[in-house]
Amino acid sequence: MSQSTLQENFEIVIEPNRGWMRIDWRALWAYRDLLLLLVRREFLSKYKQTVLGPAWFVINPLLTTIVFTVVFGKVAHISTDGIPPVLFYLCGLLGWNYFSQVVTTGAATFQSHSALFSKVYFPRLTVPLSVAIATLCAFALQAVTFAGFYLYYKLCTPEAAGLAPGWRIVFLPLLVLQIGALSLGVTLWMSAATAKYRDLLQLNQFIMQLWMYATPIIYPVSKIPGKWLWLVWLNPMSTIIESFRICIFGQGTVNPMYVVGSVALTAAIFLSGIMFYQKTERTVADIA
Amino acid sequence: MEKPIVEVEKLSKLYRLGDYGASSLRESLGSWWTSVRGKTASTTSHHAKEMLIASNRIGPTPNSFWSLKDVSFNVRRGEVIGILGRNGAGKSTLLKILSRITEPTEGRAVLRGRVVSLLEVGTGFHPELTGRENVFLNGAILGMTRAETARKFDEIVEFAEVGAFLDTPVKRYSSGMYVRLAFAVAAHLEPEILMVDEVLAVGDAAFQKKCLGKMSEVRNEHGRTVFFVSHNMGAIRSLCESAILIESGRLVMHDTPQNVITHYLSSTIAGQDEMDGQVFWNADTEPAPGTDDLFLRGIKLKGISGATQSMFEADQAINIEIHYQVAARLRGVRFKLSILTQDGDVAFVATDHSFQPTTLAPGIYRSVCAIPGGLLNRREYVVGISCDIPGERMLIAQGEYLGFTVSGAGNQSSNYPEAWPGAVCPRIDWNVQQLDTDEFAALPSPTRLVAAAR
Repeated sequence: MSQSTLQENFEIVIEPNRGWMRIDWRALWAYRDLLLLLVRREFLSKYKQTVLGPAWFVINPLLTTIVFTVVFGKVAHISTDGIPPVLFYLCGLLGWNYFSQVVTTGAATFQSHSALFSKVYFPRLTVPLSVAIATLCAFALQAVTFAGFYLYYKLCTPEAAGLAPGWRIVFLPLLVLQIGALSLGVTLWMSAATAKYRDLLQLNQFIMQLWMYATPIIYPVSKIPGKWLWLVWLNPMSTIIESFRICIFGQGTVNPMYVVGSVALTAAIFLSGIMFYQKTERTVADIA
Repeated sequence: MEKPIVEVEKLSKLYRLGDYGASSLRESLGSWWTSVRGKTASTTSHHAKEMLIASNRIGPTPNSFWSLKDVSFNVRRGEVIGILGRNGAGKSTLLKILSRITEPTEGRAVLRGRVVSLLEVGTGFHPELTGRENVFLNGAILGMTRAETARKFDEIVEFAEVGAFLDTPVKRYSSGMYVRLAFAVAAHLEPEILMVDEVLAVGDAAFQKKCLGKMSEVRNEHGRTVFFVSHNMGAIRSLCESAILIESGRLVMHDTPQNVITHYLSSTIAGQDEMDGQVFWNADTEPAPGTDDLFLRGIKLKGISGATQSMFEADQAINIEIHYQVAARLRGVRFKLSILTQDGDVAFVATDHSFQPTTLAPGIYRSVCAIPGGLLNRREYVVGISCDIPGERMLIAQGEYLGFTVSGAGNQSSNYPEAWPGAVCPRIDWNVQQLDTDEFAALPSPTRLVAAAR
């Protein structure tokens, strides 16, 4: 009985058109245990029934790095700004993978949860949020691996001896946070759009691949010809990846204006993503 | 005075017919292209649909209809309220709005308590996770904190009878275990408002009984408010204190369960004027009862002449034909045909289980149930149909589709035109004759007979 007296004033009002930008923080907090469980499920289900288990989170970027080193480094001879190619690619992939994995997993939110969404109410934001957090765990594993490689190269090879993170390393967590916000924003946009147009899900893979090549991962910003620099402005990920390199290696090309632009774009995508997603979630059960 | 725990005011929900099924980019681009070229977007594909919407459900824009219109009612704390209505009347839409799965188009509802809705058992179960993990996940999805679930954990496991399989992934569970565990989680939550939609239709009889028991316990001991949608008239009568009837998206009655049941079943009988003795679904224009794998095409009531009709002589046989389409290979399908009286009592239930071929290949089928003459009473009946694969899944949830009237002088019960009690009135043979001798005269005395009987 004590419980129900506590909730005497508890009221849920159901009405049409609950504004554009209302995030139900109270509900999100009430469902915090669900968020944790979803994070756990997301993280575990990625490698359940695989032999190597969580090691895949580490092996995957390493394999990609080997391919990049051979194709773009050894064959195409694309500059890496004097950073050892393996470190250069690993660093770029570290940031990029976090972004792309959140988006590719999260974009299908409404599809993979349509059965659930049409039967049970819970704050719909918990699903993409859980993807972003679970992928952050994978990011942490990858970051530790990267740190190991960095240390090895710095101590054992002459060309990496001059690299040092310096004081800018303190910005790294902020950059990770920005990737989180940006990837969540793009995920919300994508999943809301794919809920209505399933065709977009097929395009998703292609968009992400294109986006990767438009981001300075296999090449440094310093090698982008002047007439293409506007692309760096338009792509918030470019500045983030290049800033990653400055923070970690102390080398890279970042204009403060780019940082302002990147952060502003991230905020815009994030907020509009929440709006669009919440508009979609209200009636998605009618479509599915 | 205490405020009602649920207040529903003029709740309405508009659906656009084009919204059925996910639209493809091509369709949207197509209609955009036609509008750009200055033509109005083609409506031919939806034209047929428009015709079929009951006139009182047509919405303000073309191709839209009111799934729910101006529904208002209040529910007191601790009340168990039954929701009755034909399939497609708007019951599920009402529950979906009240459980916040979809938004109303108009109106407002206030819920003064935590809501848990069980619109389908086992949603949110993840096949790779173990039973134990799923209990916590499902509890969280339904709004419980981890601590609450942990406190209830032993009770849930005991109720579901899955103790030995707790650490097995649920994908290896039998469907019975799956359903038991899912219901157990939801039933042991402690919401102020519980919404239950047809979930009892799954699971075996023993488990259904257990679920009904749990629900009356929830009502009696915990004083919770329960919304109960079911076609099980007996359960509605015994569990609910009041009931509402929804017809064509409108609330037409809010009364005692018995009155609502009687009204509902009478309207099923009265509602078929032109299409006497048959009902059918046009698969292109309205969702037929069933799933993608198996769905109804139509039902016909035929008399001895072979014509469809809804009035029958008591001594004549009635053939009830169920036409259905099978779209995938199915094993072990069973149709259940219930004959209900107008008061909602089950006269009898017949099944074609032992008459069905074990495997149904895709195609169109007809199951005919021949009710012999001289079985039914002189009164009105309602035909209910459901279809399932026992112990596995429900294909067509129970629904009442047709009514018919049995009358006539051929009635075996009595030649007087009086109302005769009983759900059925089978022809029982009697033999009346005059005797020459009194067979009891030889017995010692009636008093001794009575003593011996003691």
